[in-house]
Amino acid sequence: MRKITFLLLCCFFSSLIFAQEYFPKNDGVKEQNNNYTAFTNATLFVTPTEKIKSGTLLIQNGKVVASGKSIDIPENSIVIDLKGKYIYPSFIDSYTNFGVKQLKKAERNGRSAQYKPSREGFYWNDHIKPEQVAIDDFKYDKKLAKELRNLGFGTVNTLQMDGIARGSGVLVTLNDEEGDAKRILDDALGQYFSFEKSVASRQSYPTSLMGAMALLRQMYHDADWYSKGNIATKDRSLEALLENKDKIAFFEAGSKSNNLRADKIGDEFNANYIIVGGGDEYEMITETKATQSKFIIPINFPEAYDVSNPYAAKYISLADMRDWNQAPMNPKVLSENGVQFALTTYELEKPKEFTEKLKKAFEYGFDKTKALASLTTVPAELLGKSDQIGSLKPGRYANFLITSGEIFDEETTLYENWVQGNKNVINTKDQKDIRGNYKITSGGKTYDVVITGDVSKPKAKVKAGEIEYPSKMDYSENWVTLSFTDEKTNEVFRTTGIVPKQGDDFSGKLVAPDGSESDFTAVRQKESASEENSEKKKDKTEKPEIVPLTYPNIGYGFTTKPKQEDVLFKNATVWTSEEEGVLKNTDVLVKDGKIAEIGTDLRAGGAKTIDATGKHLTAGIIDEHSHLAALAINEAGQNSSAEVTIEDVVDPEDVGIYRNLAGGVTSIQILHGSANPIGGRSAIIKLKWGENADGLIYDNSPKFIKFALGENVKQSNWQSFNRFPQTRMGVEQVYTNYFNRAKEYDAKKKSGQAVRYDEELEVFAEILNGERFVSCHSYVQSEINMLMKVAEKFDFRINTFTHILEGYKVADKMKEHGVGGSTFSDWWAYKYEVNDAIPYNASIMNSQGVTVAINSDDGEMSRRLNQEAAKSVKYGGMSEEEAWNMVTINPAKLLHLDDRTGSIKEGKDADLVLWSDNPLSVYAKAEKTLIEGTTYFDLEKDKEKRNAIKKERNKLVKMMLAEKQNGGKTKPPKGKDKREFHCETIN
Amino acid sequence: MNVLHKIATIVVVLTTSVSFAQQTPAPKQTQTITIKGATAHIGNGSIIENSTIVFEDGKISDIGTNIASKGKVIDASGKHVYPGIIAPVSTLGLGEIDAVRPTIDDDEIGEMIPNIRSLIAYNAESKIVESMRPNGVLLAQITPQGGRISGTSSIVRLDAWNWEDAAVKTDDGIHMNWPNSFRRGRWWLGEPRGYKPNKEYAKDIDDVSNFLVNAKAYKNTKEQPMNEAFKAMKGLFDGSKTLFINADGEKEMIDAVTTAKEQGIKNVVIVGGYEAHKITNFLKKNDISVLVRRVHTTPEREDDDYDLPYRLPKLLADAGVMVALQANGQMERMNTRNLAFYAGHLVSQGMDKEKALQLITENTAKILGIDDSYGTLEKGKSATLFISEGDALDMRTNILTHAFIDGRDVSLETHQTELWKRYMEKYEGE
Repeated sequence: MRKITFLLLCCFFSSLIFAQEYFPKNDGVKEQNNNYTAFTNATLFVTPTEKIKSGTLLIQNGKVVASGKSIDIPENSIVIDLKGKYIYPSFIDSYTNFGVKQLKKAERNGRSAQYKPSREGFYWNDHIKPEQVAIDDFKYDKKLAKELRNLGFGTVNTLQMDGIARGSGVLVTLNDEEGDAKRILDDALGQYFSFEKSVASRQSYPTSLMGAMALLRQMYHDADWYSKGNIATKDRSLEALLENKDKIAFFEAGSKSNNLRADKIGDEFNANYIIVGGGDEYEMITETKATQSKFIIPINFPEAYDVSNPYAAKYISLADMRDWNQAPMNPKVLSENGVQFALTTYELEKPKEFTEKLKKAFEYGFDKTKALASLTTVPAELLGKSDQIGSLKPGRYANFLITSGEIFDEETTLYENWVQGNKNVINTKDQKDIRGNYKITSGGKTYDVVITGDVSKPKAKVKAGEIEYPSKMDYSENWVTLSFTDEKTNEVFRTTGIVPKQGDDFSGKLVAPDGSESDFTAVRQKESASEENSEKKKDKTEKPEIVPLTYPNIGYGFTTKPKQEDVLFKNATVWTSEEEGVLKNTDVLVKDGKIAEIGTDLRAGGAKTIDATGKHLTAGIIDEHSHLAALAINEAGQNSSAEVTIEDVVDPEDVGIYRNLAGGVTSIQILHGSANPIGGRSAIIKLKWGENADGLIYDNSPKFIKFALGENVKQSNWQSFNRFPQTRMGVEQVYTNYFNRAKEYDAKKKSGQAVRYDEELEVFAEILNGERFVSCHSYVQSEINMLMKVAEKFDFRINTFTHILEGYKVADKMKEHGVGGSTFSDWWAYKYEVNDAIPYNASIMNSQGVTVAINSDDGEMSRRLNQEAAKSVKYGGMSEEEAWNMVTINPAKLLHLDDRTGSIKEGKDADLVLWSDNPLSVYAKAEKTLIEGTTYFDLEKDKEKRNAIKKERNKLVKMMLAEKQNGGKTKPPKGKDKREFHCETIN
Repeated sequence: MNVLHKIATIVVVLTTSVSFAQQTPAPKQTQTITIKGATAHIGNGSIIENSTIVFEDGKISDIGTNIASKGKVIDASGKHVYPGIIAPVSTLGLGEIDAVRPTIDDDEIGEMIPNIRSLIAYNAESKIVESMRPNGVLLAQITPQGGRISGTSSIVRLDAWNWEDAAVKTDDGIHMNWPNSFRRGRWWLGEPRGYKPNKEYAKDIDDVSNFLVNAKAYKNTKEQPMNEAFKAMKGLFDGSKTLFINADGEKEMIDAVTTAKEQGIKNVVIVGGYEAHKITNFLKKNDISVLVRRVHTTPEREDDDYDLPYRLPKLLADAGVMVALQANGQMERMNTRNLAFYAGHLVSQGMDKEKALQLITENTAKILGIDDSYGTLEKGKSATLFISEGDALDMRTNILTHAFIDGRDVSLETHQTELWKRYMEKYEGE
């Protein structure tokens, strides 16, 4: 018998493995099998929305010939009756690295950074590899293919997930039976991009997200320049990029905000990326939708944290707890907002988690038809292969699933996953459904047996009278094995029986604990609506409680975005930061976000009146030098990074924004760090907590760039000896060289000649043309003097020296040059170059007529810049008004924002702070902070927020404890590693 | 007075009074001095308006209202007198320029090295040390850092020729960094960022206990090879030294105190204590003082109250815990001169001004065990005090005219004031 089966199997396979027809055959003779297979009487889903009851699917040679209601079945057909069963197109995973060998991580070569590329004849940056072809590293992975087929997948798109430009991918079916010749549907599908560097190279640039963005932009410019024949040397990367130009472009962005970053680059270069998202799109659904992009979405919903230890639970932020609670709603939110997306197994720890995560999405209300589309028709369309896969229309590959019921029903069993006409049995469909209630009588005892669960893996409940016996059941190849234990005696009864094809009962033998054997018959009882099932169903319909989102979606976010209000501050001590100085018993009226009127006895009109008696009202504090609210601060990969901009990496979810508001700060300049002489461009933002990145950045923002001098740019304080410059002498030459080149570049451009668009030189040209201002990190007098001279040589002026701790030594020269100083109040001694830093610096510069601001460069100090300004009263005897100007109107002037903010003046933005006391006093506390008439911080509201956080944390902790108790998976607590950026923060 | 005038006046005053006393320690008090008319902030929570303070041979011989002046009289009407501010767990004099390694001597390698002594490395001529005096910081506990048991501290006066001169109390305490039950991911080694449970925590504690047990056993034996590390611990068991334990978490603090007490250590002080407000009953029951983390820091976790670091000392004081301020953290040495303002910041959180002052004077002296001589303006105590033009807790008015350490009239000049004057002179001369 066994022998025959084997022979039959051989025949079956050899007929299937028909090698390419033009290949010679020496192990037999060439024969063809052109038989049809017809699947009849099934509930057939040709597409997720085209459901045919009692339909027929006809396939031949691995492809669908016909699908529908009344299909003519040719004579040479094998007919398979699928009455009561369902057929679906099999799933497609559009983003995997299936079978693609991972690249080896490049080893570190010494302690110095690598600035040069490792390759020749390719792009200047190793992380740009459009020439990479996944097929070169591809080897069909049988084991993983089986895992994926078990989940319902039939086709996967796979790529080498490495590098910023990643080259092309491979579309492959999970067809074990036939070779690559058959299963590879496309060996160069698409082109892929990301923000992540290649592991195969240690080339330093880019070190930051904003650097990766700038690099992508320059890559597109260079490709354009190359295509026009302007580059004499060979660049195989750019050639490949140009060759791939018409291919579908995929961008692995990986998070809600990176999605928008990718989309932005796409918009700039007419690249309509399909974006691989992060699963957190629900938090920014409006912006996500507005990209009008198509998405590939992972469903790696986080597991609950194990919060049973309260000491450990405190490490988990509310935001992370919410993430657990809210993330499973992502697919639902996306689909309800009409965003087109495919689902992927990408980012799951193991593919088999897919089913359970998808189930979770359904519990959160994800529509099942949409789900099916996101696994079939949508990915097929995203991959441009709707004519081959994703549906069961004629001509498509015969990639389909046979199931016992509706595909996403929990009780449904996946029987078979056919790939290109080859059957793969997942669970035998011919196994009889034995679920139901039985009575077994044996040895004078009657047992009630209830069989439930999956058709092919049923569970049993055994009872004798009221006593329940814990049991184990196995059902395969028509044999049932059931054992149950008498808990009193701890004795095991074993039964085994065969299920006949016909009839309701089954029978076999029972082995009693004493070894005695007896026959039994399990007699099927009349079906009563199974209590348990209905009970179970009820459980499932219970919707999980989802805590509401806030703006931003972390602790201290707003439940509803705050609104602009008209406000009248009555009877305040008003620090105008203008000629008028400090006005006592004065009213200030705010209307439509502007300061409408300053005076006494003002009428409120419709405005909300705030009694400010005994309190002080000031303009909001402006921090000229901040590194808050950014995902990166330094692009340290090169000695110039003018091409990067902090505007690309503004992070509106930094709690530092809220904490700064609590310190009366309303505007900050997020400066690039000081890793290189020429840093990146700034983002100047208002601290509108709850708005997105674009909402924070000033409209028509003045343009700034950070330069830096001294120890950091020379890389003096760490082991690095191979990057120019290593001395202050070299620093001058970097500037001179760039400005020389920029001048030539700009002249060429202005004369109408074609130029290679250079992201850096464009920025330098702006400086030369007075359209962009320089804020330069500086310490010692020699270098300060040097940079002023370089600027004068190129006929422009440095706008601001920031830090400028030896500014007092050259204050007269600064005044003459027309540069302002933005300094620390009393920091010193942290580096050799600040040995002569003195707290009198601000006072001395101020006394010489330099516009002086006090800045922070520090997320802690920025929350109390009022105190830092006050130190100049102590050190150098500055007047209080002047001291106050150093954190309001002076930085506004330095940032060219003094026409909009920085003082209390009619017509300016109502960026205001109400203080409990003289704002320069260490005893003062900000009670309210307004930006353009909207209250973003309020001491009273802060109390409410604290309570809300406590309550919500408690609620989520309870929910997680319940999850653990109910057997859900949990992971150990993890706390955020708060990153506080300074000038010197790299990475 | 307009600003230019004011500056001009200051410059005139400065140019005529440039003294080169900087870095020259003041001589011993030979003449009796009386400070008259000032508001005296005693440091224990009380004040004396219009006070008279008399001190001779370095000690306060009288303080009150109706007291006859003696010796040299300083008219301080409208001004304020305070006890010298004390900086505990400080690295002053153990480091000069953070980024220049040769100037840094605050952290020896090794895990259990209580025998490492800060005093002998203390640089009495540090430019940072001298910058403390114009802000009223006159004493400090010089403390080694790093490892599990970092070493032994000593308390010094911040005006001296050398470390022997400087010493107020030699080898006063042992400093320990308690292990953490959560560990930061070493992202620079490729681990994911973020805090995760420290699997070694129990073992780390065991290592500490084991060391304490051995140190304790050692103190009872006479004949054996010398073990300097164990020997250094001896004072902890007889109460002559204090154990300062850096710990921030609830669990860590409870573990630390429990372990130390179990081994019979008499005086234990918590340093840091970010979550100390959650275990005030435990701390009081065990008689534990807290040198609370720097007021000017950001909250540890995203959901924490924005003002928790500002308020924490008050929460502890209100609960009856003995608490004092310190400046540990980023750029701690140069920032130590801001101790008065840390105290001032507590007032914005609703703390009484004199109570806030107590947290940098009397309480610190008590915790360091030098309250018999320092920390308050009381008869018989050292004349370590300063006169300020105004409220010394507010930066606008913390303007010192005099500072005395043990009655010695110390210089308020520094490298920094000298540069100020030099450049103002340059500009005025032009």
